[in-house]
Amino acid sequence: MSTLDSRSTPRFLPGVRLHHDQTRGQWVILAPERVIELDEVAHAIVQRCNGERSIETIVAELADEFDATPEEVSGDVQALIDDLIGKRILRL
Amino acid sequence: MNIMLAEASRALAVAPPLAVLLELTHRCPLACPYCSNPLELASQREEMDTGGWLNVIDQAATMGVLQLHFSGGEPALRKDLVELLQRARERGLYSNLITSGIGIDEAKLDRMIEAGLDHVQLSLQDATRESADHIAGYKGSFDKKLRFAGWVRERELPLTLNAVVHRHNAGNVPRMIELALALGASRLEVAHTQYYGWGLVNRAALMPSREQLDAATAVVEEARVRLRGTLVIDYVTPDYYARRPKACMGGWAQKFLNISPRGDVLPCHAAETIPGMYFDNIRERPLLDIWQHGDAFERYRGTAWMPEPCQSCPKKEVDWGGCRCQALALSGAADTLDPVCEKSPDHARIRAAAELESANAAPPPFVYRRPPRSTNSVIGSGIASLSKSV
Repeated sequence: MSTLDSRSTPRFLPGVRLHHDQTRGQWVILAPERVIELDEVAHAIVQRCNGERSIETIVAELADEFDATPEEVSGDVQALIDDLIGKRILRL
Repeated sequence: MNIMLAEASRALAVAPPLAVLLELTHRCPLACPYCSNPLELASQREEMDTGGWLNVIDQAATMGVLQLHFSGGEPALRKDLVELLQRARERGLYSNLITSGIGIDEAKLDRMIEAGLDHVQLSLQDATRESADHIAGYKGSFDKKLRFAGWVRERELPLTLNAVVHRHNAGNVPRMIELALALGASRLEVAHTQYYGWGLVNRAALMPSREQLDAATAVVEEARVRLRGTLVIDYVTPDYYARRPKACMGGWAQKFLNISPRGDVLPCHAAETIPGMYFDNIRERPLLDIWQHGDAFERYRGTAWMPEPCQSCPKKEVDWGGCRCQALALSGAADTLDPVCEKSPDHARIRAAAELESANAAPPPFVYRRPPRSTNSVIGSGIASLSKSV
């Protein structure tokens, strides 16, 4: 995994959107030839990827929401965002 | 009571598919010799009307489908495509257009985007003009495709190129990757030909050699690493050189369903080749009921139907026994082993046929995919020669 600049602002690529799947009671990412199921933490991360929040801000907000330290959540946030960049779901 | 409970839990266990393929029409300007449409193409007269397709979209959304693939033939030949896309968007469905790129002008593309089109998947026959036009059976198709791809990207719509690979273009995979980058595609599917239907008729004209396959695989593996985050490359390997079968359709009736132009609901593109199988029509039975309980879907779902040695095989829930249509076409019965599996008594014969065909320096000409009136006799002779050689 590469290390992402924590000041960069991830956003969805065109043709990718967040969708609440009522049948399965969960959030998903709809993308070309792909449906990615999101658990609670993953949803909390990607719903903040709006091109305005920096990774730093997302980490801080998540730490607040899940009652953890930024150090504890930073690795998960970086890993998920990096993975979704590789899959052409997010861009910086 | 126990039987009822078992019945109920089995029904509940069948999760709805995430995506559904809508084959709106079999009409197509192209005539690719590996087309996934059946040999018996539906005529325009047989196609389901707009109301029928809107009903499909509504039912799909209600049962929990999330993505629709609008396909064909060439789906843009349907005059109601924009209306169907609009309904999909209204129901929250993600829409993917699987197209030849022929016959869609900029105004029509704009109307489709306005209606809610999310993604375009454009077929690519080869990376060079002359070869691509020859494979498509349509002079000028390559240039039209490139122009269409440009329009798609100018509008920031995500683009996937879908290249079917065989002996005539396997060496061009590096150029296909370059072309995908030049066109601004975000995905490239490099799919080796699947030898069912038209692909099977044309097998001797298309089968690559083992060396060609290995070279293409190496190119894709290298490019995937190099282009991470720029171009996603999906790779579908061919069966005939494998030792284990693929999990065809992700397991029969587990992840996928396909609706034919006539409204028949199929577990896969080629299922209509299996004799004695009844296909429910969407106009006669609800989609969810067909998916869960339709004869064609229940027949090979799961592992209960499997013969030995599949039943004792540790991989039976990995590959789900491979492909039923291939077992039928090559070993004569849909409920026997997929002969791609090395445990099949026919495995060596299938491998030898592939090696022999690919080594032929003068492969037979293509039997182009065209409606019956123009090719009846050709298709007939193609199948006859095939059944002798297999």
